[in-house]
Amino acid sequence: MTALTARSAAFPSHAAGPLPWQATPARFGIYLFLALATAFFLLPIYIMTATALKTMPEIRGGSALLWPASPDLAAWAKAWSSACIGLDCTGIHVGFSNSVKIVVPSVLLAVALGAINGYCLSFWRFRGANAVFAIMLFGIFIPYQIFVFPMIGMSAFLGLYGTLPGVVLVHVVFALPIMTLMFRNYFATLPIEIFKAARVDGAGFWRIFWSVMLPMSMPIVVVAVIWQATASWNDYLLGVVFAGREHLPMTAQLNLLVSAEMGAHEYDVDMAATLQTALVPLLIYFVSGRWFARGIAAGAVKG
Amino acid sequence: MIVSPKIEARGLSVAFKNVAALKGVDLSIAEGEFLVLLGPSGCGKSTLLNAIAGLLDLSAGEVWIGGRNVTWAEPKDRGLAMVFQSYALYPAMDVYGNLAFSLRVAGMKKPEIETRVARAAEMLSLTPLLRRRPSELSGGQRQRVAIGRSLVREVDVFLFDEPLSNLDAQLRAELRVEIKQLHLKLGNTTVYVTHDQVEALSLADRIAVMRGGVIQQLADPDTVYQRPANRFVASFLGSPPMNFVSGELVVDNGLPAFRSGATVMALPYAPASSGTQSGRRVTLGIRPEDVLVGEEAAGCDVRWDASVDLRESLGSETLLWSSLAGARIAIKTSARVAARIGDSLPAGFASNRVSLFDATTEERL
Repeated sequence: MTALTARSAAFPSHAAGPLPWQATPARFGIYLFLALATAFFLLPIYIMTATALKTMPEIRGGSALLWPASPDLAAWAKAWSSACIGLDCTGIHVGFSNSVKIVVPSVLLAVALGAINGYCLSFWRFRGANAVFAIMLFGIFIPYQIFVFPMIGMSAFLGLYGTLPGVVLVHVVFALPIMTLMFRNYFATLPIEIFKAARVDGAGFWRIFWSVMLPMSMPIVVVAVIWQATASWNDYLLGVVFAGREHLPMTAQLNLLVSAEMGAHEYDVDMAATLQTALVPLLIYFVSGRWFARGIAAGAVKG
Repeated sequence: MIVSPKIEARGLSVAFKNVAALKGVDLSIAEGEFLVLLGPSGCGKSTLLNAIAGLLDLSAGEVWIGGRNVTWAEPKDRGLAMVFQSYALYPAMDVYGNLAFSLRVAGMKKPEIETRVARAAEMLSLTPLLRRRPSELSGGQRQRVAIGRSLVREVDVFLFDEPLSNLDAQLRAELRVEIKQLHLKLGNTTVYVTHDQVEALSLADRIAVMRGGVIQQLADPDTVYQRPANRFVASFLGSPPMNFVSGELVVDNGLPAFRSGATVMALPYAPASSGTQSGRRVTLGIRPEDVLVGEEAAGCDVRWDASVDLRESLGSETLLWSSLAGARIAIKTSARVAARIGDSLPAGFASNRVSLFDATTEERL
């Protein structure tokens, strides 16, 4: 006992020994590379933001890299509410609300159906379930441009061509394979015994889905929502083809705005409208990036 | 009076992708009985339990519970509750929610749910934990909740699928006692799957030892341990398992005996049938604790001098490793026996403690 006390008293109160040398050339190289890479990716955004805050004479006269002498938001207001897209001078906000009308229902439907599909394929396996899943997986790898023409025929047959429900339906159909894959793989990581316990407890197909499985799937729901919201917001082709003139999404309107061949190009307005269009997916990532990373780390998008 | 069995499996077969997991199992379990399915992993014991629960499809056979053919009934309609190895608690619900789930699904009134949950929580000392999530509970508490989830349903059949395997040794012993007490108190018909022989021997009214989808022996713990039906059962139970010496039956001085090489042991109490079967190849089995050493060996009718090859101290007892007729044998003896490696000491066993197995079929003679 005494020996022990003596020894612990003699022991230094902090860990001793030389610290590793921290400012090595290799470390300096790593930070230099990271700084350059960051600058490379941030530069376009910087130029867009700067240009959107300039006036047209300033854009014509100066370097694209210069920060505006007196930043002003006139171009932002014009892009939003009074820029002319074709003959219609109401700005890009019409496209914004169209996009919201397309994205919200298509996200809700695609995620809900994907979750049910994945749940069914993981827990209520039926004869041929693997074949169904394989066919769905196959769907992910086929470029959807191939299906555009037959889809036009089908949506016309259903009387949905050029309507809001029509474009939502097309979005949902094309999203189903990846949504199903995400949910199936996530459910495959959950212990099957929980499902068995719920069955012994008397719960049926929907009860188990709602009360047991869905509350356990929040990580993958977040990932799926972000994925589908970003994908359908950024979509251009399906919007142009299926939405019809009255429901063109923001991306399609933006294209009409910046590629107009009539009159002088107002680069400040173009840039402002582009930033406004890109803002939604950017915000989604800023707000939910943490959950997205967590969901992926939780094995959400394996395979 | 004929008591009809509570649970009955008739010719149960289950196959997974053409691999047979259960091969025509017949089993009948009496009302209030505690039956343990014991076997190594992959022997089909969990498959049999899941088949009784209705959680997998049978390829042949019938399941009867309470006099009703429930072969095609949903798990919830079979009047049973089940406890799983991984606890299988619903992680998004608190303890109360977990306990109440089955009652809510059944559409029970709220006051009745509260009464039943309170009763089960009281019985398992879960009352202070009702508002906690499963992630905030220890392993032992989680398994208590899982047991509680079965209690609230107030059904008369309990199925346990290796409920204690994920717990550390001390908790396992505690919960084992609790499960035993619950069974004594409630008297539910219980089927309990385990690969742990201590659990099996201590809990069971009867043990069904399984291998390769077939029940090898179905009997009370003493019989399974003392009179194993075949060599597999003999070697699966006991720690260390039964000692085996291979040899043949002979007649020595007009008495039945066992011969292995130059060693001949008279077995006057050996199974009567063996004496007439001179020359039959057999395996002799003797439990390590049935081999006595020192002065105790004097009273044995089979005796020899054993040299100690290895000594293992287990605290309350001591294991001596020696050899008999070329076979390595374990001797379980009192910790007080002072034997060192290299010592030679008298050893022996009573011939009526011996099990004899046919060398080819491995069945008990």
